[in-house]
Amino acid sequence: MAVEKTVTITDETGVHARPATVLVNKAGSFASDMNLEYNGKSINLKSIMGVMSLGIPQGAEIKIVADGSDEQEALDAVVEVIKSEGLGE
Amino acid sequence: MSQLTGIAASNGIAIAKAYKLAIPDLSFDKKKVDDTTNEIERLTKALEVSKSELEKIKEHARTSLGDEHAEIFSAHLLVLGDPELINPIKDKIESEQVNAEFALDETAQMFIDMFENMDNEYMRERAADIKDVTKRVMAHLLEVSFPNPALIDEEVIVIAEDLTPSDTAQLNKQFVQGFTTNIGGRTSHSAIMARSLEIPAVVGTKTITEQAKEGDILIVDGIDGAVIINPTEDEVQEYRKKQENFEKQKQEWAKLKDEPTVSKDGTHVELVANIGTPNDVEGVINNGGEGVGLYRTEFLYMGKNELPTEDEQFEAYKSVLEQMGDKPVVVRTLDIGGDKELPYLELPDEMNPFLGYRAIRLCLERDDIFRTQLRALLRASTYGNLKIMFPMIATLDEFRQAKAILLEEKENLTNEGTEVSENIEVGIMVEIPSTAVIARQFAKEVDFFSIGTNDLIQYTLAADRMNERVSYLYQPYHPAILNLVNNVIEAAHAEGKWAGMCGEMAGDSIAIPILLGLGLDEFSMSATSILPARTQIKDLSKEEMASYKDQLLSMDTADEVETFVREKTNQ
Repeated sequence: MAVEKTVTITDETGVHARPATVLVNKAGSFASDMNLEYNGKSINLKSIMGVMSLGIPQGAEIKIVADGSDEQEALDAVVEVIKSEGLGE
Repeated sequence: MSQLTGIAASNGIAIAKAYKLAIPDLSFDKKKVDDTTNEIERLTKALEVSKSELEKIKEHARTSLGDEHAEIFSAHLLVLGDPELINPIKDKIESEQVNAEFALDETAQMFIDMFENMDNEYMRERAADIKDVTKRVMAHLLEVSFPNPALIDEEVIVIAEDLTPSDTAQLNKQFVQGFTTNIGGRTSHSAIMARSLEIPAVVGTKTITEQAKEGDILIVDGIDGAVIINPTEDEVQEYRKKQENFEKQKQEWAKLKDEPTVSKDGTHVELVANIGTPNDVEGVINNGGEGVGLYRTEFLYMGKNELPTEDEQFEAYKSVLEQMGDKPVVVRTLDIGGDKELPYLELPDEMNPFLGYRAIRLCLERDDIFRTQLRALLRASTYGNLKIMFPMIATLDEFRQAKAILLEEKENLTNEGTEVSENIEVGIMVEIPSTAVIARQFAKEVDFFSIGTNDLIQYTLAADRMNERVSYLYQPYHPAILNLVNNVIEAAHAEGKWAGMCGEMAGDSIAIPILLGLGLDEFSMSATSILPARTQIKDLSKEEMASYKDQLLSMDTADEVETFVREKTNQ
């Protein structure tokens, strides 16, 4: 059973290089499959090229989906990174 | 044995074997493989080796340059471990039964094309990351050596076409004895870096990478601008002697490290240094610098993917100010645009970058960038003796606007309860002839001038300093330059302000006597030039040099000036 959460990007430059790096690194530290959905597209959150190819702007609503043995923990950790990096809420 | 001549870019003699910094031949053939498991294993191994190299490089960059510069390697590491890149390569090996080289190249190329075709400069830069990483993995698959300047662990002389900021950032001073390049001049990036690393360098040899092979013994003579490939035993002896003499002379200079700079007849001038990063401050102190005359803040913005934050900048400025104590630190605000590009700003290409949208012109329009830098500077101001300098000022209006923004941010910070120093001098860099001509008007409003001769000369003589065919016009002793410099100094003094110089000319042994005579107050140069300059000034009489002023200013040619000064100062 997958878990998911939707967040709004508030950073004025959107999801840019440094936070994207932190985000992918964080996602990569969990066993669960993690996806990011934006604008009808779903990409692997463990892929830096995937995340950056979306070009997520300020104001975007993105959905984080985690599926696997540590899904809740993984989802919470990634959402926490988004907040602590000042990316969104 | 063969000998090449180039431009002496950084003092000293180095003798060591050549280390070629060039991308090896990475061509391969497409092959059909039966044992795909083994092929995938080869790939995995190449990825692992690449990963551990990148981790070492990242660590090296972090310790020698700080977290910011290490970030680019974090991005490379992520690409290397990206499942969206790696899995398709493995799938391709398996389903098409092809060799790993082919699968890697095809897959990476697909991503590179995808990123290169995005209408966003930042995304196109990501294509470069993938290329870099792919090359490294490919080299390991092909079992050819891939240059890793950060991992050099024996004494070498680095040879290259040119050295980029990221190349030089990786050089370990402990092992890299010197370097020599095909292109470049005294003011090119590689030359400036060599002086700040204090390693001998000869640039602009045109053909060193063709003439020397990996492992050849080289002598780099950064004093006279010569490179000798595979020298004879006699030549090695001769240069060891020259090296010893140079070391002795350096010790002589070192005796003056803690002395003020005073001419024979008792005039004190300030000898200060040009720096690019907080790491350069150590060299300034070791070389007896009386301050920092030019802190080029561009390096904070270069070699990264986005603008530095206010806090990052604050930390850098604070570090420099704290290390320098109560000695003056002149910080030049962002001088970017034109030839110094920041890919993430997505500036359009220009026909005449040196005459284009750069420095203060860019900062006044993109005042978000400018304000962030000014706030960082103002916050750091309480940690030392800060002076702020605006580059490329062409009109008084520009100065007034820039200063108004500075005062606004100062007020904002004060209202936010942040303490800001009350004694920050605000001056301008004089590098545009129009400003030098009406320096008298400027002197009423600025706190100081610093003459940027590298640009002032190229603008005054209308000669691109990067263009070798017109390099004969790059004439520091041209009477027009001397007249402009004199005009700036006189204007400053008439208003009780000070005038400095932060171009290469300030550390030049022919220019120093002239500038002393014209009354220049502050000479800012590469840290390693400070002690030789102090030694020279000790033996000069300011009064005598001042007595030649009118004569020098009315001379016809640069040659005439040079001959005259050589004669009067026994050079």
